[in-house]
Amino acid sequence: MQYKAIVIGVSLGGMNAMKVLFASLPSTFSIPIIIVQHIGARSDNMWINFINTTSNLKLKEVREKEKVELGNVYVAPANYHLLVEMDETFSLTIDQRVNFARPSIDVLFESAAAAYKDKLIGIILTGSNKDGAAGVKRIQEYGGLVVVEDPETAESNTMPLAAIATTKPDHILPLKKIVDLLIQLEQNNLAS
Amino acid sequence: MTPHKDNLDIEISLLLDAIYQKHGYDFRQYSQAHIARRVNNRMLITGLKNVTEVHAKVLHDETFAAELLRDLSITVTEMFRDPEFYKSLREKVIPILKTYPFIKIWHAGCSTGEEAYSMSIILKEEGLYDRATIYATDFNQQALNRAKQGIFSNELMKEYTLNYQLSGGKESFSKYYTSSYDNVIMHQSLGKNIVWANHNLVTDSVFAEVQMIFCRNVLIYFDRNLQNKVHSLFNASLIKGGILCLGSKESLRFNNAHTTYNELDSKHKIFKKKY
Ligand SMILES: C[S@@+](CC[C@H](N)C(=O)[O-])C[C@H]1O[C@@H](n2cnc3c(N)ncnc32)[C@H](O)[C@@H]1O
Repeated sequence: MQYKAIVIGVSLGGMNAMKVLFASLPSTFSIPIIIVQHIGARSDNMWINFINTTSNLKLKEVREKEKVELGNVYVAPANYHLLVEMDETFSLTIDQRVNFARPSIDVLFESAAAAYKDKLIGIILTGSNKDGAAGVKRIQEYGGLVVVEDPETAESNTMPLAAIATTKPDHILPLKKIVDLLIQLEQNNLAS
Repeated sequence: MTPHKDNLDIEISLLLDAIYQKHGYDFRQYSQAHIARRVNNRMLITGLKNVTEVHAKVLHDETFAAELLRDLSITVTEMFRDPEFYKSLREKVIPILKTYPFIKIWHAGCSTGEEAYSMSIILKEEGLYDRATIYATDFNQQALNRAKQGIFSNELMKEYTLNYQLSGGKESFSKYYTSSYDNVIMHQSLGKNIVWANHNLVTDSVFAEVQMIFCRNVLIYFDRNLQNKVHSLFNASLIKGGILCLGSKESLRFNNAHTTYNELDSKHKIFKKKY
């Protein structure tokens, strides 16, 4: 199995979760990662710099129309929805909020599912809302892999629980184990 | 190998052909992920099972077609959206506009008018309103009708007031509108020099010769080819030394237009056309 992209949805508690995640992923990690973090509409995404101080991979805000490239980590800009097109480029919209959120995890996940089909990994981390639950369902329908942070260990369990309610996740794991899984999946990717 | 597309892709592309042939609106070069999302939304609301059913309804049901066309035009906007942008506009662009005896400004994709009213307010505060004409255009007639009325929901005013203040507003924002029940109505004088007009950036031609163009958060919906096409339209409409303002996440990086302009403010996407 060859995975072409990873989408991550994270909300309340996300700063810590992403710090852990990106401090542990190696700089050689090649599968592109695309993140929606719920954040205030006026945020200038300065938190990216904060994560980058300890991350081996460098996170960057998505630029409209750019192509998804190997080894990159992309973050949705505040106050815009982020979508993946069939040709694996990004588009931004200021459509209505979805689940009270813009960017919305569902919007990213549903478009990425259509673009990557069974070559997509969708991950739901900590958060106190239901965004992402419809998105992982769509990923699963297309045959992609669904991973949810263990509600027992997540800083805020509502979002993982909502995702579990709509799908049968392939993996429910604490954060550190998610890192191990991703590293292993990437190894399989390279081997195949 | 023959190129082969998803069924969904094919259905959407046939649907967009039908919309164009039947209704004259050309969405074929819009972000397809966005279009798919809007179509899907309409299917959920109306209980249609697939895009082929949408296709049939678009041809035979005028009410449905009108609804879908409205869905495809996203009118989300704000007064003084991105206050820092307006602050920069006051500081860097107004002095340039002051050098012209007459100022024509084109707001392309003005939606329900919030941006045009914001501009009116700035022009008033800078003493430029009487020599200015604002052409505010959109292809969504319903949005234009609302814009003309200048009626906005009361709930929004708290946010708009904050935006106004952060943008360097000089007055008390409430000076510019009258409240009635759930709504506010913008003062008539603000609309005096605004010309509201229906214009489609994809299918209509050059609109007027202007000193400044605002086109914020519209081109993000277009693919690169269409962006290029619209940029040539802007280039043909903007005088040399004129100002182009894009949305905060838009740039000229991928467009042929980048050689036409100098950056006046790279963070806030304000460009000045070269001489
Ligand atoms: C998201 S709104 C942006 C409104 C405003 N410029 C702002 O930034 O707040 C996008 C607007 O572009 C308009 N639009 C989309 N396609 C268009 C076209 N082909 N011609 C004219 N207007 C268009 C829509 O109707 C909508 O009102």
